[in-house]
Amino acid sequence: MSEQITIDGPNAVQGGGQVHGDDHQIHNDFDRHGAHDGHAHKEPHFIFKYIFSQDHKYIAKQFLITGIIWAIIGALFSVFFRLQLGWPDKTFPILETFLGHWAKGGKLSAEFYYSLVTMHGTILIFFVLTAGLSGTFSNLLIPLQLGARDMASPFMNMLSYWFFFTAGVIMFTSLFVQTGPASGGWTAYPPLSALKEATQGSGVGMDLWLVSMSLFVVSSLLGGLNYVSTVLNMRTKGMSMTRMPLTVWAFFFTAILGILSFPVLFSGFVLLIFDRSFGTSFYLSEIFINGRALSHVGGSAILYQHLFWFLGHPEVYIIMLPGMGITSEILSTNARKPIFGYFAMVISLVGITTLAFLVWAHHMFVTGMSPFLGSIFVLLTLLIAVPSAVKVFNWLTTLWRGNIRFNVPMMFAIGFVSMFISGGLTGIFLGNSALDIHLHDTYFVIAHFHIVMGVSAFFGMFAGLYYWFPKFYGRFMNNTLGYIHFWITFIGAYLIFWPMHYEGIAGMPRRYYDFSAWQSFKQFQSLNEFISIVVIVVFFGQLLFVVNFFTSIWKGKKMTDPNPWQSNTLEWTTPIKTIHGNWPGEIPTVYRWPYDYKDDGNGKDYVPQNVPLRPGEESY
Amino acid sequence: MSFTIFALVALFFVIVYQIGKASEYAGILRGEEKVKAQSNRLMAALLLLFFIVGCWGLWECHYALLDKMLPKSASVQGEAYDEMLNATIIITGIVFIATQALLFWFAFRYQAREDRKAYFYPHNNKLELLWTTIPAIIMAIMVAVGLKHWFSVTSTAPANSQVVEIVGKQFNWLIRYPGADGELGKRNFRLINDANNVLGLDYKDKHNLDDIVNQSGELHLVKGRPVKLIIGSRDVIHDVGLPQFRYKMDAVPGITTSIWFTPSVSTEEMKKITKNPNFVYEISCDQLCGSGHYSMRGTVIVHDTQAELNQWMKSQKSDYAINFGSTAPAASSSGVDEKKTTSGDSSKKVSMR
Repeated sequence: MSEQITIDGPNAVQGGGQVHGDDHQIHNDFDRHGAHDGHAHKEPHFIFKYIFSQDHKYIAKQFLITGIIWAIIGALFSVFFRLQLGWPDKTFPILETFLGHWAKGGKLSAEFYYSLVTMHGTILIFFVLTAGLSGTFSNLLIPLQLGARDMASPFMNMLSYWFFFTAGVIMFTSLFVQTGPASGGWTAYPPLSALKEATQGSGVGMDLWLVSMSLFVVSSLLGGLNYVSTVLNMRTKGMSMTRMPLTVWAFFFTAILGILSFPVLFSGFVLLIFDRSFGTSFYLSEIFINGRALSHVGGSAILYQHLFWFLGHPEVYIIMLPGMGITSEILSTNARKPIFGYFAMVISLVGITTLAFLVWAHHMFVTGMSPFLGSIFVLLTLLIAVPSAVKVFNWLTTLWRGNIRFNVPMMFAIGFVSMFISGGLTGIFLGNSALDIHLHDTYFVIAHFHIVMGVSAFFGMFAGLYYWFPKFYGRFMNNTLGYIHFWITFIGAYLIFWPMHYEGIAGMPRRYYDFSAWQSFKQFQSLNEFISIVVIVVFFGQLLFVVNFFTSIWKGKKMTDPNPWQSNTLEWTTPIKTIHGNWPGEIPTVYRWPYDYKDDGNGKDYVPQNVPLRPGEESY
Repeated sequence: MSFTIFALVALFFVIVYQIGKASEYAGILRGEEKVKAQSNRLMAALLLLFFIVGCWGLWECHYALLDKMLPKSASVQGEAYDEMLNATIIITGIVFIATQALLFWFAFRYQAREDRKAYFYPHNNKLELLWTTIPAIIMAIMVAVGLKHWFSVTSTAPANSQVVEIVGKQFNWLIRYPGADGELGKRNFRLINDANNVLGLDYKDKHNLDDIVNQSGELHLVKGRPVKLIIGSRDVIHDVGLPQFRYKMDAVPGITTSIWFTPSVSTEEMKKITKNPNFVYEISCDQLCGSGHYSMRGTVIVHDTQAELNQWMKSQKSDYAINFGSTAPAASSSGVDEKKTTSGDSSKKVSMR
């Protein structure tokens, strides 16, 4: 093993970056890292530079590209099942081309419909909006915005990606097994997911799903531990916690949520694996299936739901918080105004993170839980609306009397706020158990969570991608294509999900393959067709983004100004052509908070964090 | 055909891409600052336009879908539910319009201009306090109202309630009425057998002898009389969904759950109200239960009077009578067990696909 290569770059320079606001320690570190600046030592081997890279910026790219590929697959699946929902009586030969015997004669089978729904959820929630989002932006921005040369442990960081990659390979393999991929929904409730007699997808497909997800949990923990330790230990001189950009605060709390909740999900999976393969009865009791009574007694199917949602709900915030952080940053920069209420923003993040652990059972109001227990969860769930409202009002006030530049990232940030309001408000319906009784598991829920965590989180991600693309590749994405992409997505998302509220209030259940036999729900057939048409248009709109993204890597307009958005944060003090270790010389020292968008005395309207205070100037 | 579509889509992408590229070059030629200012004005205007057109679209959407949205409530509890739902829609609706209006108005009003300077306004604790306490108070009221409803709908069923058991299986509902003795007998999942004992009734328990089992998922209720549903499942988790009655409850294997409500509109009345002579209340399965989930349909028939229901009950034979003739059972249930056949499971095959 070429040990010196794997350790060489990041670990060595890391010594230089390891400063935790301790003013005295910093100077002797400078000498050490100075020796590495000249890049006199050997370049890492191709494999270690481009595949098993330990550079946080490169790992961020790996997460990003993998996430984009998964996003295309996940979105394509939704187009497939929307074809079935929009035109249940038509056949689509193209489906047979793609899916073979799962769509004989161009008609999707019910079994595979459920597999597609399951995979769509799993892929987008975990692979795209957890790994793809946190993995990309936490990795890129935590060291760059804090003034660190790399993550606390670049090696663990690399492992995090490769566990994610392996999880993805296994999940992808499960698409091709004889009995099909898992089909019990992304929540995989037993007994359906535990018994291979219950549904075809609960055979080998489910085994692969569980193995893949377990590896994913490992990846997520390795990443999360790294993010937390980097934030706590590796801030540059002057970068106190209260001077961190809100992006980093958001990634920090995201990582804490993941670290504390993913292990619980893992334990839930372990018990499920035992029930499936080793004859235990954690979740199984009194079941008669496929013509025989099973020997399992004494388990509780509801236990799984508690374990699952103990992750499942924080997971929603794992998906949301990065978007909130990115939006705060981009709104402030482009309004040329400080984010309003920085401390309130941090405190509301603390509030959301804490409450996120205390609301999981609001997914289970109709499982027959004790009404008293239910009432506690109603109270805690609706409480979460308070910090969320604070964030919204602060974003609005940030725009107020600004001097707003509508570049593409800003459009997506505004879209994020709009979507977050729309989706957040419907949460008030679902969090109130008395209203949830009727709305539970209907299209209202689909509308709610797609808007609030699907679309919003994607908007946060898009905003971030357009904004930090120059940091990734030294080039810009095409503006015009970006604007077109924004408008297709923004209008399309509302057209798709808004009408679903109406379907849900009518009681139309989610996860139905066909509604034509139902007197109570078939009145929405023409609406479903309309939604499916919009889905197809929006899907092609996203391909526009993909085209823009990949062509811009090589053909995009070159970055000439190292700080193209006139932003205050440290990532824009690095050279245009990024290097391993981030800063060629000393790591910049921080003198002020990240949102000093004010007159700098020289005609500019911003003062970067590394600019010393002027005489007589007070630090905010 | 599919090639043509593919070619058209590809062509579309090429054109859009070229437009994007061309505008980039044109921007360089015409001066980037000027182009930026121009697109800034355009985007600000479009955002405001989006809000205005969006409001109109909302109105149109509401107009088109309102009648299809909430079916008329058919239970006493459902009426209270509708009130609460409407109140919540109004409150959130106001907040929705107000915040979205501010968002898009600020975006338009404060678009970048040469002569404008952003106002340095980093914080204001009074404002923060204001919009922490107001949402908190509104939420507290909503929690209070919600919990009042919640505790009333989850309270113990009245003593005069009709008791019916509903059991889910892949993929239909089995409904059991207590028969003349008014009591449901014991069930044991090990006694289940699809040929002659779909619910696993334990005939050692004499209460089972007159129990009526309806395998076609027909739930017969009476207008004005509370009904308590005892909910169970034979295999995986199902969920009894009663959209017109505004109720829903999971059916979990190994656990018994229950709900109660009072039907307030009979099926016949609803036929008149909806002007649909074929109207029928439906029971949907609301928890993914396998490939036939979407077809797991039951029906509810709400009779106008108890007499009408009694008459229907009389026309039904008990499950015991259907499967084992009308004679009294042997002292032990072993006789039943012997008749267990392995061929069972016919009902499942029918409903599989």
